[in-house]
Amino acid sequence: MTEIQAPHIDYEALSPLMALVGGSILVLMVGLLRARFVRHTLVPALTAATLLTAIGLTIWIWEPGEQTPIIEGSLTVDTLALALSMLFYVAGLVCVALSLRALAAREAGHGEYYALLLGSITGMVVLAQASDLITLFVGIELLSIPLYVLCATELRRATSLEAGLKYLVIGSVGSATLLYGLALVYGASGAMQFEAIAAAIGSDELPVTDPLLLTGIGLAATGLAFKASVAPFHQWTPDVYQGAPTPITTFMAVATKAAAFAIFLRLFGHALGDAQPDWGPALAVLAAVTIVIGNVGAIAQRSLKRLLAWSSVAQAGYLLAGVVVGTTLGLQATAFYLAVYLLMNVAAFAVIVARERRSEHGDDLASLDNLGRSEPWLAWPMTIAMLSLAGFPATAGFIGKFYLIDASVAGDYTWLGIAIVVGSVISLAYYLRVVAVMWMGSYEIEWPTLPRRRVRPVAGWSPEASARAQPEVALVAVLFAAATILFGIWPDPIFDAARDVGTALSGLG
Amino acid sequence: MTIHLSIVLFLPLAAGLIGAFLPRGMARWAVLAGTVAVLAYAIAMLADFESGSGGLQYVTDDEWISELGIRYQLGIDGLNLFMVVLTAVAWVPCTLVAAFREHDRPKLFFFNLALGETAVLGAFMAQDLALFIVFFDLMLVPFYFMIGGWGTGERVRATTKFVIYTLAGSLLMLAAAVALGVLSTPDGGEISFSLAELERRSVSEGNQQWMVLLFALAFFVKAPLFPLHGWVPETYRASPIVTIALLSAVLSKVGVYGFLRIVLPVMPEGSQHWQELFIIVAVFSILYGSVLAFSQDNVRLVVAYSSIAQLGFIVLGIFAFDDKGAQGAVFQMLNHGLVVVPLFLIIGVIAERAGGRESLLELGGMAFRAPVLATLFLIVTFATLAMPGSANFVGEILILFGSYEDKLVYGLVASIGVVLAAVYMIRLFQRTMHNRAGPAVASRDVDALSLAAIAPLVAVIVALGLYPNFVVERTETSTTAAIEAPRGVQQQVASR
Repeated sequence: MTEIQAPHIDYEALSPLMALVGGSILVLMVGLLRARFVRHTLVPALTAATLLTAIGLTIWIWEPGEQTPIIEGSLTVDTLALALSMLFYVAGLVCVALSLRALAAREAGHGEYYALLLGSITGMVVLAQASDLITLFVGIELLSIPLYVLCATELRRATSLEAGLKYLVIGSVGSATLLYGLALVYGASGAMQFEAIAAAIGSDELPVTDPLLLTGIGLAATGLAFKASVAPFHQWTPDVYQGAPTPITTFMAVATKAAAFAIFLRLFGHALGDAQPDWGPALAVLAAVTIVIGNVGAIAQRSLKRLLAWSSVAQAGYLLAGVVVGTTLGLQATAFYLAVYLLMNVAAFAVIVARERRSEHGDDLASLDNLGRSEPWLAWPMTIAMLSLAGFPATAGFIGKFYLIDASVAGDYTWLGIAIVVGSVISLAYYLRVVAVMWMGSYEIEWPTLPRRRVRPVAGWSPEASARAQPEVALVAVLFAAATILFGIWPDPIFDAARDVGTALSGLG
Repeated sequence: MTIHLSIVLFLPLAAGLIGAFLPRGMARWAVLAGTVAVLAYAIAMLADFESGSGGLQYVTDDEWISELGIRYQLGIDGLNLFMVVLTAVAWVPCTLVAAFREHDRPKLFFFNLALGETAVLGAFMAQDLALFIVFFDLMLVPFYFMIGGWGTGERVRATTKFVIYTLAGSLLMLAAAVALGVLSTPDGGEISFSLAELERRSVSEGNQQWMVLLFALAFFVKAPLFPLHGWVPETYRASPIVTIALLSAVLSKVGVYGFLRIVLPVMPEGSQHWQELFIIVAVFSILYGSVLAFSQDNVRLVVAYSSIAQLGFIVLGIFAFDDKGAQGAVFQMLNHGLVVVPLFLIIGVIAERAGGRESLLELGGMAFRAPVLATLFLIVTFATLAMPGSANFVGEILILFGSYEDKLVYGLVASIGVVLAAVYMIRLFQRTMHNRAGPAVASRDVDALSLAAIAPLVAVIVALGLYPNFVVERTETSTTAAIEAPRGVQQQVASR
């Protein structure tokens, strides 16, 4: 009689994940109580508590260089996963703060809204820890499906529903492509585990030029490119970012991007690491194209959310440069930039949330008109975020770009470093316009004479919302802007974390 | 290891920050006090400076971002001593003039003014390439805000263009600098951006070539030099007068200073490779700037284009790879800065008396009732056109002699610029001070405030004309050292 061996589970390493799942169930259940206090206070508080618990547990199990396989090696807890999980939790906390007075949470039902948010974060954490192809796919679906719903939570606004549907359709295409690619990789290598795939590639049976393997890599890269909004698979980004409720956009912009890059790093840096000479140049071209398309696309945008969507496409290009080189330095630079990216984008989006609720212009650029005079506490964070995104020194964005260029050059992709720089130059055209609108008085903004779609501003504005103060939104904006400056001058803490992350994928050069 | 330079560097910023928390009217005085303190410190340093020693003095060297090999490294030698002094000297009268004007959002304006001084000082003092770039780019932020927020006319367009032009150059330089740091790292060595360390390490000639080109792009835009001056007309027209005085007098020097500090010593082969091209650019700028300066009606643009010509001279002197030429260039960097500040302040005074008009067609006849103003202007005019007896004359002669040594033809063509300078400067003086009085010109003499701002600068110009050796003996050693490497390469190439 054969005994069925239950898989060994390291509960310690699994604890943040368990906290998240438990928290989301709890939030969903508590949300069923319809008392106002429960919906408006208790549910968000529980969500925040869940995330804080997860953060605490993550710090507790943080151990540089250690790789703990859990559940028979389908998940690996290492510093890469933990560091990126931290980004997800922080993005989640920000989303909770921004959602407190949002229309979306009210319309969708608070319990469901926050439970979905936690569910999506769970998916991201699974994805970041995934170390075989099946878990990877489970993670990606678990993160995506709640997001499809969350995008459509402003039920009475057509664009929100449109965003949800669009994201669902495109996301599914991306998932399908990814799945197909993973199947081919499995077919070629005969292994599910990243470790085993890495061992198989380059061996005598599976040369790196194997067509099946290469097709698989190509399709997997395409699927991930959809998630990370890498050009030319980025078209959904502006529409979805604009249509989704802004707190959700914030969350998607920073957390989904980080999750997509987590798996980019793990799959390409670890499992397919030996095939780097094959996929490196292809991804490098994608990165360069993404940088150009994202930055050029942003120039003609009036809607701030669309502008940041295009900017996030461009940033995906910068981040991809760190993946392309396939070195520890590249991994560190990508992790570093992801953290920086979170800081500056959250600051910018928080200001948009605040303005959207008060100004009749919604998320149009005009909503920032003369903000430097009327609300300097919002204008400063936005200014800092824009300057940081453009890569001005004394902001974290400068050091992040410096690091990425450093990694590109060291990885023999000097031209990609120059592409990053050229992209930054183009980006000045739109980042500076935002700054000019806030500080340089009312003036007729010059628009490039492109045939552009007339996009109506998002109607998040409501009289009740404008009547209420929203200190938490301003606080988020100020806090993250201050961090952007602080880490621009004293980046050591992020560097320390990035160095720990660098120990995670040992197979890199 | 001293803290002096850090104090000088962050004094203005500290003053600006203090000003930001003071009541509205007080910010200006805090910033003014800060600039005066910096000037006092700079003068003390000038007195204390050991001339003749080629090494860096008052060195500060600390870790900053060790992962990227960036160090917080400051130091002063003959190359940047007078640039630091120039910055300190230029900021005081400009802040003074600004302080007595009513500004919209004064706290923000004076904070930017102070931040600008810190950034410029940092760029001049930095002895680490990455630190230099940090300050080089940081300079743009306050000037972007000052031009866009307090300028006139098409200010936003102008300031955006200014920033995009300059940052396009300096971001490409950033890429080249990172590449320089990475590629020069020996196997197993730590990456470093320290200039002294980079000088010891080497990069292949092929890499040096494109790197030098990207560095030059940044510096030429900043200077500005001929094909890259597209931002100049709009920016000069739209800026507040104090901002443009500083931009033209001090910021333009950071670019050419970068050649001497970074490009020539660290990438001698690359510099030698492009020598001819850069000299041609310089000579073109001299002629182009002079001709355009002659044909402009707007007073500011006359000075703007004359600056292009002057900066052309400086670059010519640097790339002649000759002791005299480089010495002249360093001297001329100081001289040009010293004349441009009073020039713009005088233009401000003139425009005030003409109801804000700045077109030569509407000015004139001011000297009659404003003898003091006319005298000051005349001295500055003579200095600008390099009248014998002025320090500018010494500088230009050194540059031209330096270029005659090896690049005679270019030197001779450049000499035309000296003649043209006389033409456009005299024209500027005549059309504003003499001729028939313009229709809206109220001829009043210079007021006490402007006099207090302009007169000391004019005194310094005169003093330097009398005793140019004061500068030359302090800068000589460092200047010679700066061009030693490319000259060596040049001689090697010649002997081959």
